[in-house]
Amino acid sequence: MSCLSVNTKLLRKILVNFVREEICKTGLKKGILGLSGGIDSALVVFLAAEALGAENVHAICMPYKTSNPESEAHARLVADACGVNFSVVPITPMVDPYFEMFPDADNMRRGNKMARERMTILFDHSALHSALVLGTSNKTELLLGYGTLFGDMASALNPIGDLYKSQVWQLSEEMEIPREVIDKKPSADLWAGQTDEQELGFTYREVDELMYRMIDLRMTDEELLAENFNAEFIAKIRHKIMSSHFKRRLPIIAKVSNRTIDRDFRYSRDWGK
Amino acid sequence: MDFKVALAQIKPKLGCTADNLALIEEKVSAAVKEKADMIVFPELALTGYFLKDLVPDVALSLDSPEIARLTALSGDIAIAIGFVEATSDYRFFNSAIFLDKGEIVHVHRKVYLPTYGLFDEQRYMAQGDRFRAFDTRFGRFGMVICEDLWHLSAPYILAMDRASTIICLSSSPGRGLSDDERLGSTIAWQRLTSTTATFLNARIIYCNRVGYEDGINFWGGSEAIAPCGRSIARAKLMEEDLVFATLSEGELRRERILSPLMRDENLHLTIRELQHIEDKRLIS
Repeated sequence: MSCLSVNTKLLRKILVNFVREEICKTGLKKGILGLSGGIDSALVVFLAAEALGAENVHAICMPYKTSNPESEAHARLVADACGVNFSVVPITPMVDPYFEMFPDADNMRRGNKMARERMTILFDHSALHSALVLGTSNKTELLLGYGTLFGDMASALNPIGDLYKSQVWQLSEEMEIPREVIDKKPSADLWAGQTDEQELGFTYREVDELMYRMIDLRMTDEELLAENFNAEFIAKIRHKIMSSHFKRRLPIIAKVSNRTIDRDFRYSRDWGK
Repeated sequence: MDFKVALAQIKPKLGCTADNLALIEEKVSAAVKEKADMIVFPELALTGYFLKDLVPDVALSLDSPEIARLTALSGDIAIAIGFVEATSDYRFFNSAIFLDKGEIVHVHRKVYLPTYGLFDEQRYMAQGDRFRAFDTRFGRFGMVICEDLWHLSAPYILAMDRASTIICLSSSPGRGLSDDERLGSTIAWQRLTSTTATFLNARIIYCNRVGYEDGINFWGGSEAIAPCGRSIARAKLMEEDLVFATLSEGELRRERILSPLMRDENLHLTIRELQHIEDKRLIS
């Protein structure tokens, strides 16, 4: 029986081995990731440093002009704490000229554009360093669809995609990630003062408790109500999961042949490795 | 007789039969050097586990050069190993062979192909249709493959066929993290192998693999269990390992005297009652 509270020593071992084995079997030995100053990327960079050696990990902080300066300071703090290579590539010079052409763009378009800008930088540096891009999306945001498709959701491998945010916090304690980063309020840092929980309208702890029962334990609505979850909250989360499902799948392909990629042409990605 | 068994907890490469065969030869040599009488490899040791559409490409017939090579290696040591077996009518089985003294002693085709959760075996492979014990120079054996052991009837049939040692070849994915220091799959398997041994007064030789395939880990923990359910030797969790266990004839004898469950088991009653159940199902 699994549960939200996990043995962090065992989890650490599984995830560190995952990063090492899944990268090394491709013939590479390095990892690269975006370091935002938040806890998810901090955890991934700590895991990667332990798996690959700090010298084989490249962390890039990619602030926009409205990003909170504290984010870059925290990213630097995390990189220093685990000893990985650290660089800063601001995205303002790429993002601003684009939105000069589309000045009416709303916050969502701007946020998505920034996430995708960062993705192109990471994949470019992936080629530069022969390093695979490590994903930093956790299970909570993947299920809620709280991420940008082909932006922060893009990666070659993701060590924390099966960890709820509550479990990210637990493992971060075990890995001794700098206290400031563990304690601060999660934020996508898209605009000043933004916090995830304010934008979502519920706390990560609340939604993790619900989704763990809904997804992992497959409880029925009756059972969830009996556990004192509010009917509206249950419906809202179920809807979010369903309506964001496209983000978790490859693009669908119109089938005409007998062997269509991913439909009846099925191979593991580790084919031959 | 007493015999020494090696559990080769390896990390096969997915779909790379030649590389895996080289790895297997290396482990056989290491076990021979340690004077082991038998070596056990995991399920699908020759091919890796999540094969999907690779199944027909990596499948081997019993008269293939690779199986001949393994059979030749069994001159010095008995070998139990898993692979994809191709038949002349193009069915593909998740099979295990027991090789000794340059001969194929027994072939078991996995009966219970899990096709739920993360598993999809029956989509790609054909089902075996029997559990049969067989004689070896170490006593009477039975072989099962992974999921087979979760079906109570499988080790029961082998025990009724007088097997006192059951080899289980496994590729068990690690999952079910909790606050326990072991994964859910580890806890469940350790309980299962020990309980099965106790119920059947039989030794269980369990060999699992390690490594990752598409992010899924295999947890290792290969183990030899005495007929009383006690662990004799246990390999590391989640790391490659080669462990040895000496299985004692005296211990088997003593356990069967202490707890003669198999002597007293009423096969006739079981068959009669199962027949009754089947007859009832046919008319309902």
